[in-house]
Amino acid sequence: MPLSTSSNFARPDDAFRAIVEAHRGFTDEQSADFDAALVLILANHIGDIDVLREAILLARRRMIDGQQQQQQQQQ
Amino acid sequence: MAKANTHQAKTQFGYRRHPDQDRPGQSAAEHPVVVVGAGPVGLSLAIDLAQRGQHVVLLDDADRIGEGSRAICFSKRSLEYWDRLGVGDRMVDKGVVWSVGRIFHGEQQLYQFNLLPEDGHKRPAFINLQQYYAEAYLVDRIGDLPEINLRWRNKVTALERRNDSVALTIETPEGAYRLHAQYVVACDGARSSLRQMVGADFAGQVFEDQFLIADVKMTAEFPTERWFWFDPPFHAGRSALLHRQPDDVWRIDLQLNRYADPIVEKKPENVRPRIARMLGHDKFEFEWISLYKFQCRRMDRFVHGRVIFAGDSAHQVSPFGARGANSGLEDAENLSWKLDRVLRGASPASLLESYHVERSLAADENIRESTRSTDFMAPNSHQEARLRKAVLSLAKETEFGKRMVNGGRLSVPCSYDSPLSSPDADAWRGGPLPGCSMLDAPVTTPKGEQAYLTDAFRKGGTDFTLLSFSNGAAIEAPVGVKDIRIGGKDGLADPAALTAKRYDAEPGSAYLLRPDGYVAARFRRPTREAIATALSRSQGLN
Repeated sequence: MPLSTSSNFARPDDAFRAIVEAHRGFTDEQSADFDAALVLILANHIGDIDVLREAILLARRRMIDGQQQQQQQQQ
Repeated sequence: MAKANTHQAKTQFGYRRHPDQDRPGQSAAEHPVVVVGAGPVGLSLAIDLAQRGQHVVLLDDADRIGEGSRAICFSKRSLEYWDRLGVGDRMVDKGVVWSVGRIFHGEQQLYQFNLLPEDGHKRPAFINLQQYYAEAYLVDRIGDLPEINLRWRNKVTALERRNDSVALTIETPEGAYRLHAQYVVACDGARSSLRQMVGADFAGQVFEDQFLIADVKMTAEFPTERWFWFDPPFHAGRSALLHRQPDDVWRIDLQLNRYADPIVEKKPENVRPRIARMLGHDKFEFEWISLYKFQCRRMDRFVHGRVIFAGDSAHQVSPFGARGANSGLEDAENLSWKLDRVLRGASPASLLESYHVERSLAADENIRESTRSTDFMAPNSHQEARLRKAVLSLAKETEFGKRMVNGGRLSVPCSYDSPLSSPDADAWRGGPLPGCSMLDAPVTTPKGEQAYLTDAFRKGGTDFTLLSFSNGAAIEAPVGVKDIRIGGKDGLADPAALTAKRYDAEPGSAYLLRPDGYVAARFRRPTREAIATALSRSQGLN
């Protein structure tokens, strides 16, 4: 089963807010700790190494896009 | 430091002049196989080859068995191999049997595991035994085998590779002499000098964190289990291991930081308070103290023409997981039958390439597993540390968290994706796949004696063996192939039906086993032709 990137929540704003609000009141360090736990919990729930690897690649592309944007701004 | 005299086995041996040393320069003695290094791997390999009828010269540059406990955990697989070499009982009788491990975080137990939760196996998951005992018992066994000529204080100083042989120059207390060998097997350890002589590199990863090993002698009430701590109260922020050995000796392994000064940290007066904090008392004596860094690395090729590498000389792993000595013993059992066949002319020299293919796959697996354990114990970045912290914390309340905690994944036999295996042609729901190690199971002999499948394999002569499950019609094994029959007249009984279950066998099923106990092929409805084809394939004949 490939990684699903279609919208799976009936109310996507609720999901986004739930994650945002979970971080409220945390320092950056605490937020990073929290995210680490959340990622592991969700990864285990998915339980499919191929889907996980695909998700990692999709997330990594943000980093590459981000770096390119930074480089373009510096130029 | 000196080891306490707690064992009776002989550990010191004299140099003895051999007539090979008296031959004039141009007529060096010729031998079929020279094994270099009398550690657990070289000793076991020499015994295996000798039991197959080969004459072996075994050289060691020292005159004694190495000091210190060093490798202590020997796996079920290694014990089954040592059974075949005639030393299994002695190892197990002296060793401390264990199968349970516990993982703690701080003062709290996160979980426990059992490495062999089922009955019906001759050998336990592991024994702990000081390496010097294992070596002493193997040396004793060599005393029964006139095919082996063990030469202490014989140090190889030069190696010349020729088309049809290898010429060795060997230094002794009475000067140098030369030998010619058809094959040389280098079992001379992680700092292998033969590896340098063939000009091979040894690439991999060095881990910066340092670990302190202290073997202490004390009477203690801890159970015979492997205890591993992350961030224990007695050694804040780092990991610790406690494990029992024979003679009231306990292995303690403490993670230090990468900046610790080895000379300072090794001093007994500095180690003592650390151990006392852990144990809550200081009623112990030191047997051995060692401080080390891990390296995980391997040779690119294990076979360099007529010079073959086995054990630590070929691959090195971190110690968490008991993958060093055990994987070296698996090298020995993989190599010996192949080398024997090549020396007898029964298989082409290309069969030795399968040793490289199979055992370098195993080395990669062992390096991967032990690197993961090491990285979990000593995270490389803040984010890695953060993920580990999340896993340890999740492990307190979730099953998946417990399974992610990596305090060492202990050695199990590797499965080979091998040119010697014939892929399944039939449907199987379980049982060992071609390329996997045979499984043990309880059986009853026709005389009514309780035995094990591994006994039957050993007594059959540790050769190619057809393990068949009777359906009334006898399958004929090809010429030279040994036979183990389950069920039927004269066959072994399977009273608990565990053999059939572990092999997913129906009446008529058959497994072709290699001399190292690995599955070469399996059949639901074996034909002579299919067995013969699989046999030639596993012998490297086609």
